[in-house]
Amino acid sequence: MSSTDVTSEGGHGAVPTGPEVPVETKPAASRRDWPLYEVFVRGKRGINHVHVGSLHAPDDEMAVHAARDLYTRRNEGVSVWVVKAAHITASSPDEKDPMFAPSGDKVYRHPTFYEIPEDVPHM
Amino acid sequence: MSAPTLERPGGDSPVDTAALQEHFDATIAAEHRIEPRDWMPEGYRKTLIRQIAQHAHSEIIGMQPEGDWLLAAPSLRRKAILLAKVQDEAGHGMYLYSAAETLGADRADLTDKLIERKQKYSSIFNYPTLTYADVGVIGWLVDGAAICNQVPLCRSSYGPYARAMIRICKEESFHQRQGYELLMTMMRGTAEQRAMVQDAVDRWWWPSLMMFGPPDDDSPNSAQSMAWGIKRHSNDELRQRYVDMSVPQAEFLGVTLPDPELRVDPETGHHRFGTIDWEEFKRVISGQGPANDERIARRRAARDDNAWVIEAATAYARKHGGGRATAELAPESAA
Repeated sequence: MSSTDVTSEGGHGAVPTGPEVPVETKPAASRRDWPLYEVFVRGKRGINHVHVGSLHAPDDEMAVHAARDLYTRRNEGVSVWVVKAAHITASSPDEKDPMFAPSGDKVYRHPTFYEIPEDVPHM
Repeated sequence: MSAPTLERPGGDSPVDTAALQEHFDATIAAEHRIEPRDWMPEGYRKTLIRQIAQHAHSEIIGMQPEGDWLLAAPSLRRKAILLAKVQDEAGHGMYLYSAAETLGADRADLTDKLIERKQKYSSIFNYPTLTYADVGVIGWLVDGAAICNQVPLCRSSYGPYARAMIRICKEESFHQRQGYELLMTMMRGTAEQRAMVQDAVDRWWWPSLMMFGPPDDDSPNSAQSMAWGIKRHSNDELRQRYVDMSVPQAEFLGVTLPDPELRVDPETGHHRFGTIDWEEFKRVISGQGPANDERIARRRAARDDNAWVIEAATAYARKHGGGRATAELAPESAA
């Protein structure tokens, strides 16, 4: 391979561009092209997966590996979920009142709403 | 859940902004956390991005001084410990960039700003690690100072930052203890080893005091940051706490902190200490420290020389449809 077959576009790392190695000539890719994934870890069996943070990865499989390296270096988990942040649909903080108010005035949904004499056993 | 029919605070009318500001202020006053999708003043957002980015950069650049000793650590045990610690620093940087992104920053962009010297990192990492004892002293003093700075940030008003800090603080404790244990081991060794530890302490003590930033009367942005709950104690308060913690640790270790004026104030019970060389601090933070150029050059090389890995992974993902193994990793099957 002659020296014209390599380019160091984007840095010192020479990347082969000979005809046998097809390389896209667009500007160097960066992590900013990688989707953002949200990471959820199950701390131990029997409890829910909990959101722990986010990371960028080129695909789902790499996202799982990166999540393992980044969020479970000390046995923090027995299971990891990753999901593209763009796939999450969330309620908006602006809608907090109309969204959650309906449950606020339904006190009869709580056990403490009902007065039962102290001497009724097992209740 | 999108609800386009709901009325949302729209436009930039001063009335709307005032109401939002009021809600924000009330959240801060109640010691509740601000979360990513909440409205927040632009100044709060910008200050936080700067603070978190600077912190993230410090973790990433902080890998270098100790990374220099990975190949020279004296045993497999010490190598494994140091490797785990340096890996943690990378992890801390990632948690923090992740938090900065929730504010709308782009992490590749933050890295570019670091390399172009448009954003700063802790001045401490611009000092070289001359001997292996420096690894121990960095763990004990530098990570000790970092813990003093960081523990209060676990209560930062910004949720994602506070949560990142909780993870980081848990791991910093290992960093400090491995450093102190390393130093105890050296202090039980030869006279030469003890001299190495003392030399390292002499070089790192003053720079570690500078980690808390300029004195309170020369820290113009502190008051606003305190009001916003993104700074919890003043620089001088934290520095005093650090000195009070470190003095008995130095005594136990059998080293002398290089400050002839250091003594207990009988009235307050706190340690008084000598004057910090703020001229040196300003020189180092503005790029004139012993290792600034080397640190940035290496970070630039890491970005540029490894760009092909990112390109290769991107190309691979594109070729395989980007969603490889999705079914295999579906939540239901991930026990």
